[in-house]
Amino acid sequence: MGFSDADIQAIWLTFRLAGLTTLLLLLIGTPIAWWLARTRSRWKGPVGAVVALPLVLPPTVIGFYLLVAMGPNGPVGQLTQAVGIGLLPFTFWGLVIASVFYSMPFVVQPIQNAIEALGERPLEVAATLRAGPWDRFFSVVVPLARPGFLTAAILGFAHTVGEFGVVLMIGGNIPGATRVVSVQIYDYVEAMEYGQAHWLAMSMVIFSFLVLLAPYTLNPNQRRF
Amino acid sequence: MTTDHIQARFHLDYPEFTLNVDLELPGRGVTALFGHSGSGKTTLLRLVAGLIRIQDGRLSVNGEVWQDDRIFLPTHKRPLGYVFQEASLFPHLTARGNLEYGMKRVGNAMDGAALEQAVALLGIGHLLDRRPHQLSGGERQRVAIARALAVQPRLLLMDEPLAALDLKRKQEILPYLERLHDALEIPVLYVSHSPDEVARLADTVVVMEQGRVRAQGPVNELFSRLDLALAQDQEASAIIEGVVLSHDDDYALTRLEIQGGHLSVARLDRDIHELVRVRIHARDVSLALDEPGASSILNILPARILEMREIEQAQVLVKLCTGAGEKPPLLARITRHSRDRLRLHEGQSVFAQVKAVALMD
Repeated sequence: MGFSDADIQAIWLTFRLAGLTTLLLLLIGTPIAWWLARTRSRWKGPVGAVVALPLVLPPTVIGFYLLVAMGPNGPVGQLTQAVGIGLLPFTFWGLVIASVFYSMPFVVQPIQNAIEALGERPLEVAATLRAGPWDRFFSVVVPLARPGFLTAAILGFAHTVGEFGVVLMIGGNIPGATRVVSVQIYDYVEAMEYGQAHWLAMSMVIFSFLVLLAPYTLNPNQRRF
Repeated sequence: MTTDHIQARFHLDYPEFTLNVDLELPGRGVTALFGHSGSGKTTLLRLVAGLIRIQDGRLSVNGEVWQDDRIFLPTHKRPLGYVFQEASLFPHLTARGNLEYGMKRVGNAMDGAALEQAVALLGIGHLLDRRPHQLSGGERQRVAIARALAVQPRLLLMDEPLAALDLKRKQEILPYLERLHDALEIPVLYVSHSPDEVARLADTVVVMEQGRVRAQGPVNELFSRLDLALAQDQEASAIIEGVVLSHDDDYALTRLEIQGGHLSVARLDRDIHELVRVRIHARDVSLALDEPGASSILNILPARILEMREIEQAQVLVKLCTGAGEKPPLLARITRHSRDRLRLHEGQSVFAQVKAVALMD
C-alpha cells in the first residue's frame, strides 16, 4: 500500500495552503504583533483577545461566520462580487483567507512575545546610531527576535496543516481545490478504508512531530514554546 | 541665537513628575547633569536625544536647531552619540560590528580614521572580534563609548555610564573618560549622581532637583556651595586649582601654589608651572584657632570662615577661603560640638589642617 494519486494531490494542496497562509500571516501578523507588543492603547486588550479567539472557539464557529461573511449576502462576498472575483467559499483562496484567521494567534503571539522581550533599549540604541524606523526593524528586531519569527512560522504552518473544521465549513470537499489531507482522512474513514486512512494519519503524526522538533534542533540552547 | 552654546528649554508634565528647565550650556567641555534619582537628569538627556518627544520644547546645539515649535528632528537624524547606563551592545554583532553599525549609517564618515581614533582612545583594539557576551562589563562599556564616538557626533550624551559597574570596573574606565575629556572637541553632557565622577570629569555642573535646575556653574564653585547636595554628600569636597612650584625629591613631595597659600602633596609627575586641579575632602580638613606648633600634618593654611551650615544632627559644614575675594573655597566638616567649643563664627580667622590632597587631572 502507499499514497494514492488523490492522496498526493491532497498533500500537495495542504502544503500549498499552509505555505501561503504562513507567508501571508508573517506579513499581516508581524505589524499586529508589533503593535500589540508596544502599544499603550486601551485597545490592546480587545485586539489581543480577538486575535486569540481561534484558540478557544470551535472551528465550526469561525467557519460559519466566515462562510456567512464571504457568502453572496455577506459584506466580503458583496465586495468580491463587486470587484469581479466572484464568491470565495468552496475555493482555494477562500480556504487561504479562512486559514489566515484560524492560525493568526499561532503566528502573532510568538512574534509579540519576542518583541516584548526585546524591550525598547536596542531600538533606542539603533536610533542614536542613525538607523531610521525600517532600518531598525530589519537590522535589530528581525535578527534579535529571529527565534520568535521561526516559532511563529512553524506553528502557523503546522496548525494550518492540521485544520479540519474550518475547511469543511468553508471549502467543502473539492479534489484539488479544497480537499486537504485532514479531509481526505475523514473521507477514508467514512468509506471504512482504514488502511488508507492509517497511511495518511500516521504520516501526519510523524510530520507534525518533526516540525515541532525543528526549533529545538535549529536553536538547541533555547526553549521555544 | 548663539552658535557656540547648547540651548535647551523643555516643559513636560507627567502625572507624577514635572520637568521644567531652561538652560544655556557651554558648547564644549563636559557638563555634568547632577542630581539624585528622580531629579529628572536622565529625562532631560533623553529629551535632548529626541528619545522622548514633547510639544513644549526648544533645543539648539551650537547653532543648529534640533527642536522648536515647527521642527522636531527624530533621534536618528540628530548628529549625536549616546552612551546608555548599560552598555546595550547588539548581541548579534561582534564588537567591530557594533562599532560599524553606526558608522555605516553616517555614510561619508566611513574613512576609518574615526574608528581608529575611537578604538585607540578606549583601548579596545584587541577586543574587536569578540561578541558582547565574551566581554567583561567594563570592556562592554568601553566598546559602547567607542561606538558612540565612531559616528563622529557633534554632541556626546552619557547617561551614568559607570553606574552599572562595580568599583573596580569604574576605576578601569575612569582614566579613559578622563582622556576623552582632554581629547574631545565636542560638548559632552554627562548624567551622574556621583560627586566623585563629577569632580573628576566635569567642567560645568548643572544641579537638578525635582525636575528643575537648582544651580549651574563651574564645577569648583558648585562643589563648595553649602546649600547644594554636592556639599552635603559624604564625599563633599573642594576643588582647587594650583600651579606646580617645586619638587622635593628627598621627601618625594611636590609643592603647589594656590591662591593665598601653598600645598605640599605627594610627588606629582608634572612640570614646574603646570596647572593642576586637586580635590580636598571636607572630612580631611580640621580647624584650629591658633597655628598648631608640632604637628604631623603637612598642610596648615591660614583661612577665614565664610559660611557655616548644620547638615546632620552632629555635623557642621564650614566653608572657608584661603585667599582674598572668597577664593579659593575650602570645605571642612566638623562636629557641632567643636563649633560651639571653639566659638566659631562667620568672618573668623582660623587655621585649616589638611590631612589629604587628591590630584584630579
